Amino acid sequence: MASMGSAAQDDQSQNVPLISGGVGFVTSTNGGNTTYIPVISPLLAAPVGSHILVESRAIILDPFSPNGGGKPGYSGDLFLGLNYLQADFLASRHVTVVAGEFLTPFATYNERLSPIWIGNFQDEPLIASVGTMETGSSVGGMLRGSAFATDHVSADYAVYFSAVSTNQQFTAERASGGRGSLYFPTARFEVGASYGRQLQNVHENFEGFHVWWEPSNTALRLRSEFSKGAHAGGYWVEADYRLSRFKNGESFVGRFEPVFRMQQTFRSRPDSNDGLPGANTQQADFGLDYRLPHEVRINTSYSREFSSTGNRNIWQTGIVYRFLFPTWRGK
Amino acid sequence: MKSSSILLTCLAGAIAILPLCAQQVEGKASNQAPPAQSTQTSPSGDSGRGERVFKQNCSRCHDAPQGFSPRISGTIVRHMRIRASLSESDERAILHFLNP
Repeated sequence: MASMGSAAQDDQSQNVPLISGGVGFVTSTNGGNTTYIPVISPLLAAPVGSHILVESRAIILDPFSPNGGGKPGYSGDLFLGLNYLQADFLASRHVTVVAGEFLTPFATYNERLSPIWIGNFQDEPLIASVGTMETGSSVGGMLRGSAFATDHVSADYAVYFSAVSTNQQFTAERASGGRGSLYFPTARFEVGASYGRQLQNVHENFEGFHVWWEPSNTALRLRSEFSKGAHAGGYWVEADYRLSRFKNGESFVGRFEPVFRMQQTFRSRPDSNDGLPGANTQQADFGLDYRLPHEVRINTSYSREFSSTGNRNIWQTGIVYRFLFPTWRGK
Repeated sequence: MKSSSILLTCLAGAIAILPLCAQQVEGKASNQAPPAQSTQTSPSGDSGRGERVFKQNCSRCHDAPQGFSPRISGTIVRHMRIRASLSESDERAILHFLNP
């Protein structure tokens, strides 16, 4: 047990609880209707001893849009929600036990790219709800960790079981599943597979497959996911290129980051609750992000969606500030 | 839908050749102006490994935070170990890199 646990135990003075997250303002014009979305997403992480971490992330949105029908003013709805609230126990160098409400480990978007200060686009992929059991969160337990890691290859895993929960802040479905990934750090290439099974109402299986590649010595990142459920499936492929490689990252040009994402969904059976479009859909997203100093980022994007139910344009702009500081002052 | 298919085919082709363009541009750029990171003192030992591990794992999703209190470096790294399923040795290396 002496060798287990966090390296941070070497110096408890480095383990002050932190508050991080993002605050932003987003506009979205979808099919001619504009919505304004102020958003804040705080994250709390608090170590307890040398083996436990309690962490939580919430999101507060207040989307509002102009009243239609010639009425003056705006109307909107405030939304507060917990993304997760979990306790992590570093049981060994290969196993971390997670309990509470946690992000469902299926594919990569939900766990890695959903924070507003990380994602390149304001909108999540069309298939984001496949395999994440609709809410994106599970309530129960999870085992995860690094199965093995060398300088050339590493393997990680996550397996979970979720109970049904109808609590307003901890909504989850009875489900189980997991994900495994192989990562080759020298080539910066990752491949992984996910599986999920919904265990309430109609029992359904979900399968996912992801590939990430960041070619060495470039600023290019390629990410992709393919997910399939009982009623629908699809994929997304995203490429972004930081122009810091043309000049340095602090220059005017070097702060730009063009982004492109291609998405497609396939509907096999109607299901109004699975979160995917009702008909086969193709969507191309073109983005241009700009990284200002002091952790501020401007995101802009244009999307063209093609569907048998009608084509449409989606324009989005946003500014996000990422914050990170200790929960209290120290010496 | 025919025009959309043509558009999507063109875009898929563009994605396919992006890595080649990126490699070539990078090759030229490295001859003209080195990346910002390489202007720093050449890292060595644990710190060098920590920087490499950080680039190979954390930087895949996000940039390094621009300055933070050393008192939360252990918390940051423990959070990342769990989120990114890092190994214990990688966790130690990144902690040393963030807080040498």
